[in-house]
Order: sequence, then C-alpha cells, then structure tokens
Amino acid sequence: MAADEQMSRTEEKAVFQRPHALLPVVTNYCPGCTHGIVERLVAEVIDELDVEGRTIGIAPVGCAVTSYDFFGCDMIEAAHGRAPAVATGVKRSLPDHVVFAYQGDGDLASIGMAETVHAATRGENITIIFINNAIYGMTGGQMAPTSLPNQVTQTSPYGRDLDTAGYPIRVCELLSTLDGVAYLERVCVDGPKAVRAAKKAIKRAFQNQVDGVGYSLVEVVSTCPTNWKMTPQEAFAWMRENMLPYYPLGVYRDVQADGFANAAEAAFARAQDCPMASGKAGR
Amino acid sequence: MTEKVLMKGNEAIAEAALRAGCRHFFGYPITPQTELAAYMARKLPKMGGTYLQAESEIAAINMLYGASAAGVRAMTSSSSPGISLKTEGISYMAGADLPGVIVNVQRGGPGLGSIQPSQSDYFQATRAMGHGDFYLPVYAPSTVQEMADLTYVAFDVADGYRTPVVILADGMLGQMMEPVVMPDAADPASLPAKPWAASGHAGARPHNVINSLHLDSEKLYQDNVRRFQTYERIKRDEVRVETYRIEDADVVVAAFGAAARIARSAVNAAREEGIRAGLFRPITLWPYPARALQECRARAVLTVELNMGQMVEDVRLALEGATPVSFFGKCGGIIPTPDEVLDQIRGIAEGLGE
Repeated sequence: MAADEQMSRTEEKAVFQRPHALLPVVTNYCPGCTHGIVERLVAEVIDELDVEGRTIGIAPVGCAVTSYDFFGCDMIEAAHGRAPAVATGVKRSLPDHVVFAYQGDGDLASIGMAETVHAATRGENITIIFINNAIYGMTGGQMAPTSLPNQVTQTSPYGRDLDTAGYPIRVCELLSTLDGVAYLERVCVDGPKAVRAAKKAIKRAFQNQVDGVGYSLVEVVSTCPTNWKMTPQEAFAWMRENMLPYYPLGVYRDVQADGFANAAEAAFARAQDCPMASGKAGR
Repeated sequence: MTEKVLMKGNEAIAEAALRAGCRHFFGYPITPQTELAAYMARKLPKMGGTYLQAESEIAAINMLYGASAAGVRAMTSSSSPGISLKTEGISYMAGADLPGVIVNVQRGGPGLGSIQPSQSDYFQATRAMGHGDFYLPVYAPSTVQEMADLTYVAFDVADGYRTPVVILADGMLGQMMEPVVMPDAADPASLPAKPWAASGHAGARPHNVINSLHLDSEKLYQDNVRRFQTYERIKRDEVRVETYRIEDADVVVAAFGAAARIARSAVNAAREEGIRAGLFRPITLWPYPARALQECRARAVLTVELNMGQMVEDVRLALEGATPVSFFGKCGGIIPTPDEVLDQIRGIAEGLGE
C-alpha cells in the first residue's frame, strides 16, 4: 500500500522517523556504541531549529571520522584535534551559518587541547559536541586523556599509573574558567531520561549559537563496549559506577542562567575591577 | 591604479593579497614575516575582513583550511620553523583539493636557526610540504614588485586548480623597500564560483563534503591519479622563468629569489670583462622550468643559492649530465657578494678556455 494512500484513509501522523539531517546510510559504529544516539540527537536538533541548509559540521579523527557521510548538512573532515581551528575558519568566513564540531576525547583533550582551549577563550560562537568514553576507540583501545586512574587499556596494561601517566582531564571544569565560554554541560545517554536531558543540552548549545550567546560545549559521558571489552549493558553499568563520580553530570557554565545575555557581558562584569579590561583606562 | 609606491616586500605581499580579494588572514607571530601580519591586522578589520592571530601555526593553517573549505579567499604567512608546523595542514589541504595561499618568508635553519635571510626551505617547498604524494605550485619572487604580482597570481592559480600555493620569499625580500605598482583590485563578483564549498546547501543540493580520507585503496589511488593529472596541466601551463643575457652565454648562473639579484650583478660584471655570462632565474620552483634550462645551450652552469645546495639538484636533473654543473652558496644569513660570484664565474670561464 502506498504511503499517501494510507495517509488519506487513516490520517496517520508520523510520530517517529529518521531526522532529515541524518542521511539514510549505515554507520560504522559497533553494537552498543553511544555515537549513534548522540549523532541522532544532533540531527534532531538541526531539524527542530530548521538550520540544516546553513549548517556546516566538522568531523574529527577517531571513530566518528566518517560522520561526514552520516550528517546531511555540509561537512568538513578535519585533521586530528584541529576541528575547533577549522570551525573557527568556517565561522569567521560564514558568520551567519551554524558551525559545529563533533569530537572525541583523544581528539579534543589530547592532541587538540590547544585548539580547544583557544577556540573557547576567543569565544568563537560555535557548538562543540564532545564524546568522552575514556579511551581511543578507532585505534583499538589506547589510554586517553580522560582514561580513569587504574583503568586498563592497551597502552596502560597494568592500569593507568598516576606516577607515569598523570591524571585525567576534566574538560568542562577546565573550560569553565574561561571568559569566552557561554555554556558547558556534561550529560550522558544511558537511558530514556538521560537521552532527553542530553538532547535538551545539545539543543541549548545550538540555540546559543543561533542567538549569538557564544561558545557552547556539551560533553557526553559515553561508553565503548568493544574496547572496554564489555557488553553494552556492562559498559553502561561501569560508566555509571566509575565515570559519573569522576565526571559528575551537570551544568558547568551558563552565562544566561547567571543573568547575562551572552559570554561577552559575563566577561565584562567579571573584569570590572580591571581598568584596562573594563575599558575604563585610556589606551 | 598605476601609482608607484615605496613598500616593504612583506607589505607588498599583504596589499596584493587584499587586492586579489583575500579577506581572511590567519597567522602567528614570527620573524621575519612580521610586517605582513601587522599590515593585515591594520587593514582587514576596516574592510570587514578577518585578521586572526591563532594560538599556533598549526591552528592558523587549519583556520585557513576551514575558511578555504567555506569558499573564501584566504591566506597565512610564516617563516621557516612555522612553515614546518603548517605542513600537516598543507597536506590535508592538498588531499582535500583546497585552494589557499601560504607565504614563507624564509630564515636560516635547521631548528630555530637564525632570523637572517635564507633559501634553505627549497627542498621542503618543492618536495615535502607534508606527508603523502603531492606537489604544490611554488613562486619565488626576486623583487618587491614580484612579491605583489606573484601573490596576486597565486590566488588565481590556487582557485583555478584547487590547490594550495606557496610564495617562497626570504627575509631580505621581506624587509627591503622598493617602488612597486600594485595590481588593480579584483572585482569580488569576478572571483570564481566554488560550487564544491561547504558553505551550506540551503536545501538546494546534496551535502558537500570536504575530505582527504579514502579508506578504499582503489578510491585513494584514483584520487591521487586525478590530482596528478591536474599537476600535468600545471606543469604545462604555469611554468614561469626569466632568462637574462643568455642567448650566447657560455656560463649560465642559475639562481632564484634574492640570490638571483646578486647573480645578476655578477653576470653584468662578467660581461664587462668579456666573459659571456647569463642568468637563468626560475620564478616557479615547482613546476621547475627544466625545458627552458635545457634550451640555454650553456657550456657550464653555476648554481648560486643562500643555502648549502638545494635547487642545484633540480638543475642537475634538468640537464641530465649534459652540462657540467657547479654550486656556490652560503647559508646562515651570510649573503654572498657579487664579487664572490664573479670569482666563481671567472674560474669556470677559465676552465672552459683551456
């Protein structure tokens, strides 16, 4: 039966379908991987804000490298860690467009940390979706900048040794000190309630850009059943038990909740005691 | 505008880029390209453009990658150590077929080297601007006028062939002042359309993807084959060279950029002594003007460079052993004098006479 025929007879309404901004292709993600959930949420948000035609996404190096084939908006594949710099180049060229980067923990917090911090402190009006699953997935499970102390990986086979490998980086906490940042939230996607909260955060991060509020990043505490060598259920249990205490969920910066229109206003208020920064001093 | 103005080489590059329609510049401070970035920082904000001081040369080249992917004319500039940092991004630009102009105002190396003029990045520019199988057009200006003219050309070549392009200058050309006539400003409406750009599909076409990854071996192979077909077109149509007093020359001095200025003086001095000397000056270092060199019919070639001998390899490759080739050069910021080059020419001429 043709779809339109069915519609005319029963007036059925679609209540769940593939987001337009997600192309009808098969992804390369492993069973139980959370990338698929998060990418779908990003696509739903692009649909709901009706910005696909003026959105440019930046794909990382890592498991999400081929996400340029999954998203329906124009896409750019960046070198490892350089997505925030690439996003900056795009946004400065097309300031009225929506620019987002989708990055994993090795990409964003290790090789690309300089690009991450400086795009944030410049207050680039872009959106970053940060997948933190505490491991390098694509290359087969090496220690990541966010791997937990004592976590066993291919390159920390006796567990992450703090004497030799140091401590993990808490990205939202680190970026929360920067004046250029408008919005930071850490979420997870381990169940329907969490997925709804994650979508709300991702939508805020995109809406902020549309409204010119400023740099917004959503960190998604994620799982990697394949490289954690667990079933998807075990992976979520391990994430809840070990990652969430180390990477607590919540909002780490929200200049609008603090009563400011955007990151610049919040930064200005913070700089009031400095004659130079507040513009009270002559140049 | 045909008014002659006195400008520094670095500023001439910047002004010519603006006239070519470049409105986005991404850089990181380094000597001796400083005046170029400073000129952009002064001019671009007043023109509705972007001057952005990046956190590193790595970030700067990736901002160029993003701006170019978005479809605008953009550039970055640096000097030798900074160019090394950019090579990752340049390789990605080549792999993604992105246009863009990269200026290298060379200084001495290796390592931190010096801040004095040098031509020691010839190998890097012509052979290895990053990993992978690729080349890019390399222009070697020899005057402040050429700093302007070749920068202007570089934007057209970059867009026309969808390739990054290098301006290989040096600290001497960057810092010196000469009269220059600027090219007329390009009409923004006349700049080439970029239907391939990731600039938002507006619901009017399938999504564009800017990418250098091809996990399928056959696809990557074909992608490289296609790019090398473009290189053949560049070799056919974009070679530039200047020859001077070369028709009857027994001794031809091959030199580019700043070294060619010294070589020209030495050639003139040799002619005054009755030695039939000439100058062969490649303006494109890749593609190399090999055929023009073969057609010189010199009895001997002297290559003069501000390095330990790099372009001399291309001279020998072009001549395939048919003509004796010698090298004279200094590095580390020491500039050979015309008299020193003249001594070399004399020695070669005496050898030919015996």
